[in-house]
Amino acid sequence: MEISYYPGCTLKANAKNLEKTTLPLLELFDIQAKELDSWYCCGVSFSQASDNLMQQLAPIRTLIRAKQSGNDKLLVLCDMCYNTLKRAANFVLEDEEKRQTIKDFMTLEEMHYDGDEVEVIHLLSLLKGLPDGAISRKIKKSSHGLKIAPYYGCMILRPKEVAVDDSNAPIIMENILSELDVEIIDFPFRNDCCTSYQIVNEREIVKERVRQLVGSAAKRGAEMIVLSCPLCNYNLDAVQKDILKEDHYFNALPVLYLSQLLALMLGIDPEVNDFSLHYIDPQPILKEKGLL
Amino acid sequence: MTTKLVLEPHKKNADKEQLEYISEVNVTACYQCGNCSAGCPAVNFMEIPPNRIIRMVQLGCLDEIADSNTPWICAACITCSVRCPRGVDIARVMEGLRQLALRKGYSRVNINKLEIPEELPPIALVSNFRKFVL
Repeated sequence: MEISYYPGCTLKANAKNLEKTTLPLLELFDIQAKELDSWYCCGVSFSQASDNLMQQLAPIRTLIRAKQSGNDKLLVLCDMCYNTLKRAANFVLEDEEKRQTIKDFMTLEEMHYDGDEVEVIHLLSLLKGLPDGAISRKIKKSSHGLKIAPYYGCMILRPKEVAVDDSNAPIIMENILSELDVEIIDFPFRNDCCTSYQIVNEREIVKERVRQLVGSAAKRGAEMIVLSCPLCNYNLDAVQKDILKEDHYFNALPVLYLSQLLALMLGIDPEVNDFSLHYIDPQPILKEKGLL
Repeated sequence: MTTKLVLEPHKKNADKEQLEYISEVNVTACYQCGNCSAGCPAVNFMEIPPNRIIRMVQLGCLDEIADSNTPWICAACITCSVRCPRGVDIARVMEGLRQLALRKGYSRVNINKLEIPEELPPIALVSNFRKFVL
């Protein structure tokens, strides 16, 4: 099966390992993710102002490119991009007047986007759609009961209209992990916000948040946090390094993308993980568990 | 001594009208259960918790809100809106409050003076500037 694919800016920079582990992973399930010939920055944070149409233009243009690709599905790996693209699609779908204003503005486009021609789909939904046992049948390496705390963050859960699962009690990641021989660690902050873009000007807030969040997972015995959002990944991973400078007793946990864990267990060359992008080195625990 | 609060609903409040226009949220539905503040991941850092912000919007106290840091601490995670039993989209109100200030010329961050670690992901910068600079 071929599917159109939108990477977004961060997958070409800080989150290269998210892309490099996901694409070969999908190949194993005979899914070819084909990057759009041209795409634009989605704007990252969806504008919730009723009259701000300018910020809808970039995601809509990308959706036009997806429509032009001829595939009716668009795979997005970054949670922020997923949220923005999906909400932009809903925005034009629900409001005829605004849809027309955007169309009028894009007079040079050969095609227009009406809101439902292309389905924006997140990696987790794609994996959930695989037949039961498809993942477990392909396991090449055991994790010897690695204790994983799955973390959702916000952008794939809220608002409800774009959620990949129940906004308040998601289990989609646990369902995928249950196909692996890992131990799932439940912790109360798993679908709480990491405080997102506050990292730019309010790093202290993020630090406090990460201390609470990672501390809670560690206290429950987690050896690793697994997630899918590149911004959560940076906040959780890089900020733990800040905390360690102040508090040597802080129990830091390595942070991996779900696709990295799957790639390791399904026997894809570990090189694609590019561990130099990590702040808290996951290699010791991965070696201990026989995954490296 | 108690302070007497004089409400003048007949008097036009331009900011309140503008906020309603930008956010399209019916704040009168709020009955102050406090769910939004209870679930807010950043409430500890806010000068005024979200439920009080909504009450103040109901009363038209927008000048007092403008002096607080609350809309700028909000990370737009939408937990409040998802949990509100009255369907008040609090996150949209916060966006509206930010927009009110930004459209009057205020910027929360000064891009020229900001110290940005080199390894910060592009999504962090773009989303931050979208919320805090016009």
